[in-house]
Amino acid sequence: MKDTPLSNCERDFLLKAIEEKKRLDGRQTYDYRKMKITFGTDYGCCFVDLGKTRVMAQVSCELVAPKESRPNEGIMFFNIELSPMASPAFEPGRQSELSVKLNRQLERCLRNSKCIDTESLCVVSGEKVWQIRVDVHMLNHDGNLMDAASIAAITALCHFRRPDVGIQGDEVTVYSAEERDPIPLSIYHMPISVSFSFFQQGTYLLVDPCEREERVMDGLLMIAMNKHREICSIQSSGGIMLLKEQVMRCSKIASVKVSEITELISKALENDKKARKAGGRCGFAESMPQERITALKMDETPVEMTDVTDRASDIIQRAEAPPQTVPSPVVPVPGVGQVGQGLQNSWGLEEEDEEEEENDNSGEEQEEKVTKMEEEQHEKEESRGGDVVEISDSEEEEVVILHPETPDKTPKNTGPSSHQKRAAASKKRQKK
Amino acid sequence: MEACGSSSVSLREFGCEQSLLSRPDGSASFTQGDTSVLAAVYGPAEVKVSKEIYDRATLEVLIQPKVGLPGVRERSQEQCVRETCEASLLLTLHPRSSLTLILQVIHDAGSLLSCCLNAACMALMDAGLPMSCLFCGVTCAIDTDGQIITDPTAAQEKESRALMTFAVDSKDRKVLMSLTKGSFSVHELQQCIAVSQKASEKIFQFYRDSVRRRYSKTL
Repeated sequence: MKDTPLSNCERDFLLKAIEEKKRLDGRQTYDYRKMKITFGTDYGCCFVDLGKTRVMAQVSCELVAPKESRPNEGIMFFNIELSPMASPAFEPGRQSELSVKLNRQLERCLRNSKCIDTESLCVVSGEKVWQIRVDVHMLNHDGNLMDAASIAAITALCHFRRPDVGIQGDEVTVYSAEERDPIPLSIYHMPISVSFSFFQQGTYLLVDPCEREERVMDGLLMIAMNKHREICSIQSSGGIMLLKEQVMRCSKIASVKVSEITELISKALENDKKARKAGGRCGFAESMPQERITALKMDETPVEMTDVTDRASDIIQRAEAPPQTVPSPVVPVPGVGQVGQGLQNSWGLEEEDEEEEENDNSGEEQEEKVTKMEEEQHEKEESRGGDVVEISDSEEEEVVILHPETPDKTPKNTGPSSHQKRAAASKKRQKK
Repeated sequence: MEACGSSSVSLREFGCEQSLLSRPDGSASFTQGDTSVLAAVYGPAEVKVSKEIYDRATLEVLIQPKVGLPGVRERSQEQCVRETCEASLLLTLHPRSSLTLILQVIHDAGSLLSCCLNAACMALMDAGLPMSCLFCGVTCAIDTDGQIITDPTAAQEKESRALMTFAVDSKDRKVLMSLTKGSFSVHELQQCIAVSQKASEKIFQFYRDSVRRRYSKTL
């Protein structure tokens, strides 16, 4: 499905508003939209709402063999799914340009910045390491997917707990959460990506562009930074020429934004930790807003089972009994399978003689069956024998008339064995 | 061992939120206990020529797992959901158009398929698509003692001898779709269907309550 195109009027309106330092949603130039971080029921699941943009990240782990070049380092794997849920323009199962760009940026932001201690993920050097997989699902696309994805991914990584492992000799035991408390990952710093969009060849700058603004922007600058004001990655796309001062200004804004966001993440993590410690239920279901008119919750409800047994037996009694007789396949000899229920080949006449010999060898049960077949064939021959038309200019040199004699009118209820003899006899006659 | 009716059959608490996403034409999240599914519907919209059907709308269902890419399990679930939706939607009213239903698994703690079906129905309702009837999904498990459990958790599913999921329509409480796993007798099957029909009444009541709340003027 194609995305709805942006009309020229909308484009002009947006650009004019930006020129007047106004934004559609009433934000100031450097304002982020309202951000909300929630956690799922299990560890390592995080939802980030950035305005209407909604992203889910899930971290999972697996024991794998390490890369040969780095035998004592764990593996980080990032996957951004541009689910068609987020926008109708995203096609399922296809790597679009945008998804490649986002994946690469997330990798640079989180893997190449070495924010996670991969060496602590090693279990047995050169044999077993933890592979940490981060799946980021876009649920609703309203602009600035990258920032939302990076926040969701790093928060999910902070929230994640991997199972504890014990090594005794060569044996590696993975303990379940009940046996031993799972261990959090060791994270050195939290890089967060901040996006800046440029308009009118870099004259105007906006932080956290929404979807409409992204459509009319000329260029995008993504700066990944941690709260220690260290730049982890910087990427400019859209092909605009930026001045040194602009980049400097952006990095200054980014440092402020990153410290705000980091604080929010730590607060969310702390709240979740408290909730989990208190032993209460936590997760997506609990974070569902109750005050909204579109939401409703219902407590556990019992289902009446009083007349279920009666009803089931009633239905069964009323239903017709299934046929008891099952058409059993005829097996000529134990251990022989066949296709087509032993129908005979009626194409060539020479073959029939051989088959007859075969039939003589086999058991009586099959003989009966075969005779039936023969009977049928015989009847066919009879009917065909009556009206054979010889075409003189036929290409075939030899014309075989299947049954030259006048068809004998024996009643059908004669015994199969006598019939077979006759059939065999008639065939021999044909041979002559 | 035959299943005998027990009195301790219940559905876990449900929750539902509609139109929580801004981009799709209809969206809903449905939670049953800890199991949670997010559904979004796009359409009726332009259809690809290769998928066009001249007398009705093309319905596409996608199930996105939480970790990794969709596999065979998701494909089979997609088919079950699609066939159920096709049975209840009036697709002939939108010929040569496409409907896309995307289901995102948020958390799987048992009875995932029934939760998918319920989320799908709520999302279709939110999108305002014409339907001949509503539908809901109920999962029943028969444990090793022959007891029927409705809406089982993941642990109960694992221990069960047989697992059945039914889609029930709201008009005649007929079974629109069934997916079973494990072995059971005809009597047990009929009992499970009867239980599902009973349980479906609760779910339809919940649908009714949530829609009533949605269109009410006060909370």
